[in-house]
Amino acid sequence: MWSFLLKLIGNSVSLPTNLTEVIFTDMANIREVLKEKILVLDGAMGTMLQAYNFSEEDFRGEQFKDWKLSVKGNNDMLSITQPDAIKAVHRKYFEAGADIVETNTFSSTTIAMADYEMEAEVYQLNFESAKIAKEVADEFTAANPDKPRFVAGSIGPTNKTGSMSPDVNDPGFRAITFDELRVAYKQQAEALLDGGADILLVETVFDTLNAKAALFAIEEVKEERGIDIPVMLSGTITDASGRTLSGQTAEAFLISVSHVPLLSVGLNCALGASALVPHLEAISSNTNFGVSAHPNAGLPNAFGEYDETPEEMAAQIKEYLEKNLVNIVGGCCGTTPGHIKAIAEVASQYKPRKVA
Amino acid sequence: MIKQTKYMKLSGLEPLVLSPDMNFINVGERTNVAGSRKFLRLIKNEEFDEALAIARDQVEGGAQIIDINMDDGMIDGKESMVRFLHLIMAEPDISRVPIMIDSSKWDIIEAGLQVVQGKCVVNSISLKEGEAVFREHVRKLKMYGAAVIVMAFDEVGQADNYERRCEIAKRSYDIMVNEMNFPSEDIIFDLNIFPVATGMDEHRRNAIDFIEATHWVRTNLTNASVSGGVSNVSFSFRGNNVVREAMHSVFLYHAIQKGMNMGIVNPAMLEVYDDIPKDLLEHVEDVILDRREDATERLLDLAESFKGGAGKVQVQNLEWREKPLQERITHALVKGLDTYIVEDVEEARLLAAKPLEVIEGNLMIGMGVVGDLFGEGKMFLPQVVKSARVMKKAVAHLMPFIEAEKDENSRAQGKVLLATVKGDVHDIGKNIVGVVLACNNYEIVDLGVMVPPEKILEAAIEHKVDVIGLSGLITPSLDEMVHIAKEMKRLDFKIPLLIGGATTSRAHTAVKIAQQYDHGVIHVLDASRSVPVVSTLINEDTSQEFLDKTYAEYDVLRDGYLNRARKKVYLPLDDARNNKFRIDWKAEDVYKPNKLGVQVIDNLDLNELVPYLDWTPFFQSWELHGKYPAILTDEVVGTQATELFQDAKEMLQKVLDEKWFTAKAVYGLFPANTIENNDDIAVYTDETRTEVLETILSLRQQSKKGSGKPNIALADFIAPKKTGLEDYIGGFCVTTGFGVEEIAEKYRADLDDYNSIMVKALGDRFAEAFAEYLHDKVRKEFWGYASDENLSNEDMIREEYQGIRPAPGYPACPDHTEKTTLWRLLNVKENIGVELTDSLAMFPTAAVSGLYFAHPRARYFGLGKITKEQVHDFAERRGYTHEVMERWLAPNLNE
Repeated sequence: MWSFLLKLIGNSVSLPTNLTEVIFTDMANIREVLKEKILVLDGAMGTMLQAYNFSEEDFRGEQFKDWKLSVKGNNDMLSITQPDAIKAVHRKYFEAGADIVETNTFSSTTIAMADYEMEAEVYQLNFESAKIAKEVADEFTAANPDKPRFVAGSIGPTNKTGSMSPDVNDPGFRAITFDELRVAYKQQAEALLDGGADILLVETVFDTLNAKAALFAIEEVKEERGIDIPVMLSGTITDASGRTLSGQTAEAFLISVSHVPLLSVGLNCALGASALVPHLEAISSNTNFGVSAHPNAGLPNAFGEYDETPEEMAAQIKEYLEKNLVNIVGGCCGTTPGHIKAIAEVASQYKPRKVA
Repeated sequence: MIKQTKYMKLSGLEPLVLSPDMNFINVGERTNVAGSRKFLRLIKNEEFDEALAIARDQVEGGAQIIDINMDDGMIDGKESMVRFLHLIMAEPDISRVPIMIDSSKWDIIEAGLQVVQGKCVVNSISLKEGEAVFREHVRKLKMYGAAVIVMAFDEVGQADNYERRCEIAKRSYDIMVNEMNFPSEDIIFDLNIFPVATGMDEHRRNAIDFIEATHWVRTNLTNASVSGGVSNVSFSFRGNNVVREAMHSVFLYHAIQKGMNMGIVNPAMLEVYDDIPKDLLEHVEDVILDRREDATERLLDLAESFKGGAGKVQVQNLEWREKPLQERITHALVKGLDTYIVEDVEEARLLAAKPLEVIEGNLMIGMGVVGDLFGEGKMFLPQVVKSARVMKKAVAHLMPFIEAEKDENSRAQGKVLLATVKGDVHDIGKNIVGVVLACNNYEIVDLGVMVPPEKILEAAIEHKVDVIGLSGLITPSLDEMVHIAKEMKRLDFKIPLLIGGATTSRAHTAVKIAQQYDHGVIHVLDASRSVPVVSTLINEDTSQEFLDKTYAEYDVLRDGYLNRARKKVYLPLDDARNNKFRIDWKAEDVYKPNKLGVQVIDNLDLNELVPYLDWTPFFQSWELHGKYPAILTDEVVGTQATELFQDAKEMLQKVLDEKWFTAKAVYGLFPANTIENNDDIAVYTDETRTEVLETILSLRQQSKKGSGKPNIALADFIAPKKTGLEDYIGGFCVTTGFGVEEIAEKYRADLDDYNSIMVKALGDRFAEAFAEYLHDKVRKEFWGYASDENLSNEDMIREEYQGIRPAPGYPACPDHTEKTTLWRLLNVKENIGVELTDSLAMFPTAAVSGLYFAHPRARYFGLGKITKEQVHDFAERRGYTHEVMERWLAPNLNE
């Protein structure tokens, strides 16, 4: 379902980079910006990286050239080994009109990185990803200070679930505990903030208990550092029945995560834009937080590819805007800068949903 | 004024918002080792399946939150809490409600919070160990996200008066809300419910102080809720449930008015406030509200009279036993009490000249009263049937004496022959009519079910009956009745013919049956009408006038019907097909079943079906009309319905405990596509879809519709072959009928028609419940297209699910012959033993069969009338002659 986890295939392409050094200190307050306009989030990272056809060697780069396991497909490590490519993708999304890009850290927790035995590299992965995204964001903000750009540290669901058993014969079994999740999320959140992330985005929540562990960890970080961090939280309705994978309705999900002040709460992935409407309505009408949506470009075809065009998707996003459902909108699997451009254009024509 | 700007929101898999219209949230308390010995034993023995069943019962029983407590010295509380919550999370029918994590130990609470995804209630925290610990707990709760019960308890101790309750609540609230920014709507104060009527003066105000403190909290501490464990209040009346239940109700009644909005209450230990006897109510209120000095003594005195009465069973009032003989007999008959009837009848027999006089005198006087009350609507059918049970016992006692006397043939008021017609096996209604008539001194010749016409007519001649009554439930029975009417004319009968049963109607009788026979064909709406109708018909003075009047009414009905029938416009079949129900066929709406082919469920545990029972039709079968559960409190029939329901539940328990019925089902899911003609569905042998296993035929609505409205056929809900989509169809047959007949017969042999009818009615309910259960399983598991569906029983009864299960013989598919296809497809007879009669009724009767359609737009509809053109086309598709098909579909033919 989450096709951005698909392994990448092919050879490396090196891109010319021309970075402008910009020191941008006076960060605009995202909470203020959110009141004024609908913010646009970027689209898929994985879809964009497929074009590079990176090889095993490309993935390894210099730092991991002798790594004990095959690492091809570990997209998150490209922030270290192919930072120019990652930056190029961020740049394309900013060029398309995105206000916020997500760091390339969807799987950068000790839990998800265990597959590659890269638990020890987690801090670096998050730090570097946030750092390069922030560099590109600052570059764009400097060029056009009226449109400040932000970096959201992407915190994925991990590949283990706290409230479901992976063993059908033993429903009482759990592959991971709350504390293990909390520790892993905390480490990721700290590294993302150290690298310069403006926002933390807990996304693709298919098990609310995992999300609650992430929120708990973030609260700890906030308390320990004495700072306030804008947090976006985005759940995933896994099919047309309107429930998360762990069985909650959109409203039950919302209630379960509303104990922490959120910049926004919303939905992403799994479904196309239109299919999300009723569930976004359930969220939008029951919360005073901002509401976000970053759906897939429709449903995958038989080859696992997404073929909804930017125009088709933007036309559906228009329904969100007409119904005044969202404050932040973007794309998930299968979306490209083309999609984000189309979405940004339509979003610019509407006023944001009122946030209390 | 209660101060509320925000409402507590909790969640399991589904939300629970304590909006103002939910005036009281009931917390299920059986999954508490401290409160339930059974639950403790199950946890100790690690019988988690059974422990889960308790949780499930709570939710199904209406608990909106379930409290889970593992505080017991004999178990590892933390481990048990985590293990049990893990298991609950895997049961969507339980975990749909929020969890209350209940422990006096913080580490158990925290362990619980770490395994539940929804927003819980923590039970509880308090200032008992000082502010530092309290603050730490509140801080953690904010991070986990949970509502919390705060006990009125501080460093000094538990609050036991009004001032202390208010003081501790305020101090807790200030720390939580004002200092720590804890959401005020997530605070629930447990203000300590303590026993009253203990005999100690300092306990006198325990209840009223709680109630007044509740008022203070709700009017001063904005958004906070108030809760408590209600059963504490009646602690001093342990063993006297009548008084305890009244105390709980009175306490809640007053506390809720003052703003108590959550509580732990055992619903079985609760009397309806309005049903508390007046004197008891007054005495209890005196105690709860501390209204008089001697309130406790007075209640104790009164309580003596309720002692020993376990639960709602009150001591039987035997005053009536002191009355004269006739009054006793009448009382026994009216109240349906059979304990003393043999004794009383024997007394009457010794006084009478002939034993028959007891029947004609004493008993008939009593039954006359019953009849009058029934006629005036002051008694209801279940009571009458109980009266009949007493009557039968009395008569059975007298019969040997009557036989011994060899009296000359005493004549009852008249003889009535009753029969369920050939091909039909339904007899609940017929049996009720028999009982009611027998009560009124008619002799009944009951030929049973599936009686061929020849046998009915032979028996009528042989027994010299005065009236024939025919009953039927399925539509082919209507034709049998027409046939019998014709035969009666041919054989020159002169006695009236009564028509009754669910499928019959005044209109059908007027249009189709009455014209076939000249000596009276009367439609009888229900059993209560059978007595006046029969008595009028048997009396020569009144009979002709009644018949003339009835036939005049029939003429009006017939003309109206024929005019309407003529006015209706029907489309040619091709046009109707062109106006079919159009579905925009998409791959995502077509769902491949998880398992294809035919499956058998042999002997399902009946307990599984209980949650699926729909009681409304049960009351209908007893001619009590109204929706369950509202019917239980209905002004007119409420008392009766409640009594009947009590009896039904008692029998239900026996059915479950002693496994009276055997529940079997067969179902199958098959690849299928609608074929070229648009009306038929090819069912394929396998996924290659090359070989057609059976063809399911559907009938299409033909009456001309308003613009945009389709002419629907069931085949419209299956993807046509030409869409290229691989669609599926299902079929099923369930029965709970094995065992019903035997038990019903046992009761009948025991002269107990009441229970005989009851067991059949329950059998039918179980079959319907099984059909609902199986459909549920099919939707969620076997087919699996609605695996995440989560409906309440009410929603299920309202059919708010995706997909339909139309049954042959019902409005969407009135064609009974479809069952023959279904029987072949599923091998029903071999697999579960349900057979089809000549009229294609199912036997045993407690059975349901039908088809499954899964498409989200599939819906129920009524076929309505169709033309001969379609019937003939259908006949050819079915391979029947036109005439045979016309007979099967006669009720739907437009002419």
